[in-house]
Amino acid sequence: MSTPKTLYDKIWNDHLVSENEDGTTIIYIDRHLVHEVTSPQAFEGLKIANRSVRKPNFTLATADHNIPTTNRDEGISDPESKLQVDTLEENCKEHGITFLSMSDKRQGIVHIIGPEQGFTQPGMTIVCGDSHTSTHGAFGALAWGIGTSEVEHVLATQTLVQTKAKNMQINIQGELPLGVTAKDIVLKIIQTIGTAGGTGYVIEYTGDAIKSLTMEGRMTVCNMSIEAGARAGLISPDEKTIEYLKGRPFSPAENDYQSASDYWLSLASDEGAAYDKTVNIDASDIIPQVTWGTSPEDVVSIDGLVPNPENESDETKKKSMIRALEYMGLVPNTPLKEVKVDKVFIGSCTNGRIEDLRAASKIAKDRKVADHVNAIIVPGSGLVKQQAEEEGLDKIFIESGFEWREPGCSMCLAMNADKLKPQERCASTSNRNFEGRQGRGGRTHLMSPAMAAAAAINGKLSDSREI
Amino acid sequence: MEKFKKIESNAIPLPMVNVDTDMIIPKQFLKTIKRTGLGKNLFYELRYDEKDAPIDSFVLNQDKYKDSQILITGKNFGCGSSREHAPWSILDYGIKCIIASSFADIFYNNCFKNGILPIKLDESEVTKLQKAAENSLSFTIDLENQKISYFDKNINHEVSFELDKAKKTSLLEGLDDIGLTLAKVNHISDFENKQKSRTPWLYSQQIK
Repeated sequence: MSTPKTLYDKIWNDHLVSENEDGTTIIYIDRHLVHEVTSPQAFEGLKIANRSVRKPNFTLATADHNIPTTNRDEGISDPESKLQVDTLEENCKEHGITFLSMSDKRQGIVHIIGPEQGFTQPGMTIVCGDSHTSTHGAFGALAWGIGTSEVEHVLATQTLVQTKAKNMQINIQGELPLGVTAKDIVLKIIQTIGTAGGTGYVIEYTGDAIKSLTMEGRMTVCNMSIEAGARAGLISPDEKTIEYLKGRPFSPAENDYQSASDYWLSLASDEGAAYDKTVNIDASDIIPQVTWGTSPEDVVSIDGLVPNPENESDETKKKSMIRALEYMGLVPNTPLKEVKVDKVFIGSCTNGRIEDLRAASKIAKDRKVADHVNAIIVPGSGLVKQQAEEEGLDKIFIESGFEWREPGCSMCLAMNADKLKPQERCASTSNRNFEGRQGRGGRTHLMSPAMAAAAAINGKLSDSREI
Repeated sequence: MEKFKKIESNAIPLPMVNVDTDMIIPKQFLKTIKRTGLGKNLFYELRYDEKDAPIDSFVLNQDKYKDSQILITGKNFGCGSSREHAPWSILDYGIKCIIASSFADIFYNNCFKNGILPIKLDESEVTKLQKAAENSLSFTIDLENQKISYFDKNINHEVSFELDKAKKTSLLEGLDDIGLTLAKVNHISDFENKQKSRTPWLYSQQIK
């Protein structure tokens, strides 16, 4: 018998192209997702060096960061955003890369459409010039975010020069309590290990609570691996993975599906495989989580209080807490449930999938958004939007007073017109609560879709289980 | 990429932890299709007020640090997005070396692609260097010998740092990564042939 291996070890070994003299390794990249913000300089680099794209059909492009979520038929009014999106379209045309444009109903956030189209598959190496590429790890694909220089390297060579990371296991044992979601799990993880806890590691999420998640929930967990410092997060493929991918446009054809499925299942981490580090968390201890500060590790349970820096012994930490509280306009020891919100954003690559919209709609149904709150729903893709409309979710949201938007990254990073004004407070299903992330001076509280919908209805941070 | 040469300069002290990529270069500046011109917007929201006027108390706005090529900062520097606009804006401003007790992975990697040297040191060592930076002392960064040195009250202080050999070579020689990989194109083709027979469905994907 050979040594038991982790899922990460197996994918790594299956993609070794060659070992360089300096100890680095050339790794083959099976699939490359491209968007408008991090690619123009890469294509320009190719042109300057007179190089071509090695595998255009292993590459899929869309525009998501910059595009408007209202009045699509009027096009993009911001000239800089328009130039960036037009540049991507031209580059794709020139190099024969499939581009899902704003008018294509399959368009959406790059990390939503990869899995939705079956472009994402177990055992693959997948990269994109976007840190939330870790999302695709939910399928047991080794997926990580890269900078523009590496985007260019992949376009030209279909490989990357890498050094292997360490293996970390995060084991979520036991059963998740009712009304607690994947988002609460991952916020809890980040609170536990910190935003640099995963630096240098690839995280594999294991345990009953992870296995019991749907593919959508698994994507939410893997998506925020980067907020825990890890470039990639993984979950071993199982029957749910196989079932999800069946019949999707880029999935293996019927006659290949059995052998593909067998291969995928064989990739799961072996019994007894060694991890450099293991973290255990008990699922039954998790209750709905929200962030209070300006780092994704600033997490508390919804029934908790705004923390008091006076209780922090580490001076640097204390200083950054004081700064965060001042930025967030929060007073120590205030119950979280008394914090009023002005805006609610439900969407993003973390929580813009159909299951997220269903969870939010259950809270919204037959209730009204509080008078002082402006709440928007931004589906992760055109197909998520279509599915939601077929299920009548759009009507539920609109009747409650939510705005029903077109798909894109929207207020997760506020590159388009959707942004917070200074001091506005937002309950958001996105992934980052950094200063200025959703607009200069804007205050972000991260949470699950059900929790964000509950905040919209009550006009303040709320426990979705009490609605 | 330009070859990394010895640096002699004072250093900008920025004793903040978890400085994220949104702080380094906010999203409104990511709409460019160029790599250059981002330096003036480095640390935009810390550096300028709502009316675009420089905030005097911010370190980059202090005259003595105007030409600094070194930044000394807190742990987990560069966390957040993969945007290479972050190192581009740092380089465009004129900073070629960043010292911290830790860096976020993607940012760290992106530095080397742009000729920036990120140096990891123990927290206590970083704190000492911060002090020296606050006193505007001049530092020498010698990548070849992996040494930082500075004079304080006529005493020469030297600090060694660790660095992966491949990364060091790449900076010192200003290597073209893509060119180096393309020199091994036969290995890539061999891999593709092998993979195609092992997992053929990866090669027959078509949009339906």
